[in-house]
Amino acid sequence: MTKATLILFTCLLLISCSQDNDDNINQVNATFRFTHSWDELSVSNADFNKIKYTNANGEQLSITKLRYLISKITFQKSNGEKIILEGYNLVDVTNNTNLSFTPSATIPSGNYSHVYFTFGFDNNANYNNNYQDLNSVSWIVPAILGGGYHFMQLEGKFINNTGAETGYAYHVIRAVDNSKIPQEFQDTFFVVDLGAVSIENNSTFNIEMNIAEWFKNPNTWDLNILNNALMFNFNAQIMMFENRQNVFSLKSVTP
Amino acid sequence: MKKWILHIACVFIFICSSCSNESVETYVATPSPLQIPQLFEDNILNPVIPIDNPQTIEGIALGKKLFFDPILSADNSQACADCHAPENAFSDTDRFSDGIDGIRGNRNSMPLFNLAWNYDEKFFWDGSSFSLEHQAFVPVSDPIEMKSSWTELETELQQHPEYPNLFQQAFSTSKIDSTLVTKAIAQFERTLISSNSKFDKFLLGKATLTPQELNGFNVFMDEAKGDCFHCHGSDKNPLWTDNIFHNNGLDTVITDLGLGEVTGDPADNGKFKSPSLRNLAFTAPYMHDGRFATLDEVINHYSEGLQNSPTIDPLIKKVTQGGVKLSSQDKADLKAFLLSLSDFDFISNPNFLNQ
Repeated sequence: MTKATLILFTCLLLISCSQDNDDNINQVNATFRFTHSWDELSVSNADFNKIKYTNANGEQLSITKLRYLISKITFQKSNGEKIILEGYNLVDVTNNTNLSFTPSATIPSGNYSHVYFTFGFDNNANYNNNYQDLNSVSWIVPAILGGGYHFMQLEGKFINNTGAETGYAYHVIRAVDNSKIPQEFQDTFFVVDLGAVSIENNSTFNIEMNIAEWFKNPNTWDLNILNNALMFNFNAQIMMFENRQNVFSLKSVTP
Repeated sequence: MKKWILHIACVFIFICSSCSNESVETYVATPSPLQIPQLFEDNILNPVIPIDNPQTIEGIALGKKLFFDPILSADNSQACADCHAPENAFSDTDRFSDGIDGIRGNRNSMPLFNLAWNYDEKFFWDGSSFSLEHQAFVPVSDPIEMKSSWTELETELQQHPEYPNLFQQAFSTSKIDSTLVTKAIAQFERTLISSNSKFDKFLLGKATLTPQELNGFNVFMDEAKGDCFHCHGSDKNPLWTDNIFHNNGLDTVITDLGLGEVTGDPADNGKFKSPSLRNLAFTAPYMHDGRFATLDEVINHYSEGLQNSPTIDPLIKKVTQGGVKLSSQDKADLKAFLLSLSDFDFISNPNFLNQ
């Protein structure tokens, strides 16, 4: 190797390193932090196990368990270009874990016309993977219901119309009608659009789930009728899906 | 010059022989990683092995010897295996086990298998012990169980003709203490892996279930019938337990607080760990207090015997009617399925027997 070649090669290396650094400057982390409310009241696991909420149908109730799955966080530019952050997060309010999720992949800083995530799994993610971590926490949906995974488990007690404290298990899965042969399915995963954002540095998206909304709009949920064995109830799953519209809201984006 | 070379050679030989002596004294135990069954590997997270207590051939062998040795009890009359018998999937056929003074506890002895997959590491029916090592620590000095003094036991083991050398081989020290004793026992207990039931073989395509067993599995997985899968695993969770604590509707008035006694939270009163449904053919009686002698009684409890109480799990359905009232056929089928989870190879595995 001649001296000139060696100098040229060294210069090339230095220039390449310089470009890498420039790229890193523009890459930022996005964190998604989930908080919870019952209308105007904030909710944490410290509020669990107490009959302290009233749903739209007038039933007093408690929460004993809340966990749900979000996936496929996507940043979309105005030109339609999408950056999909792989991975998923099981938000576990009961155990106060995974309330904050920072995908390992970074995104370029800049303006995005839409930032959104999927509540639950889309069908590809739901049926074409075997997730050891989700299997380990009993998150599966039985094969007789088509398999895949739960999207949400909300459980607690309510005062029924005879005055007795009764359990409820509001479990969201992909709707399946088992009375039909072959089974009929209807998608119940949905996209939560957080709107347009401008990101210059590492940012936290503060997202709130209003739990009361699951019981409210457009279907006023009557726990006396729909309280348990809802995974097998096609119509109940559709009603849950319909009540999704105001469940999530973006409260702020903070550095 | 020749003398100088001779001196150098002597020093070199001395150093070499010194090194050789050191390597003999510092025995390094042989790693023995857990053999993870295929269904576990495919479907669930890896087992929990503490960084400071890796599995070794010598540690496991020592743990096994200790597990079966009555030296652990105050009067050398009772071993771990007395209440955790291999033929009963390491549980006890007595409703309540008796300690060295014949005093009985108030909980049924838990079976021991697949313990390394207890991800939260909360052991005992009430979750009062964190880590398998700590769990092994408790019965030895419990006044109504083995009633030993750890100090005296350490002395006794230290004076034993075999144990100091076995500890030397397992942990590179012959100085015996309670930490190393429990580490060894925990290593042995982590090897107690049960993964070869008829249902396991079915999932692996190596066995065929009867129509009754298949329908029983459907009852198990049907939210409107058994709805067992929310707490007791599934074809995707070969542990057959969530290792979480629930009030499963045994009593209207809670006298044994269970998890509530440990956490101090009234919302946890009457909650006990979901036991694995593996090996039910060997682990009667059932429930934390062994109140049910047969599987039929267990199924009848969930079907029509439920008792309401403030902390009963919301997943327990139709409590006011006593339960979901399974048909006789569904009950029989469910029982047949549950028994297909029993692993006869596990209870006869020579690695787990006192031989």
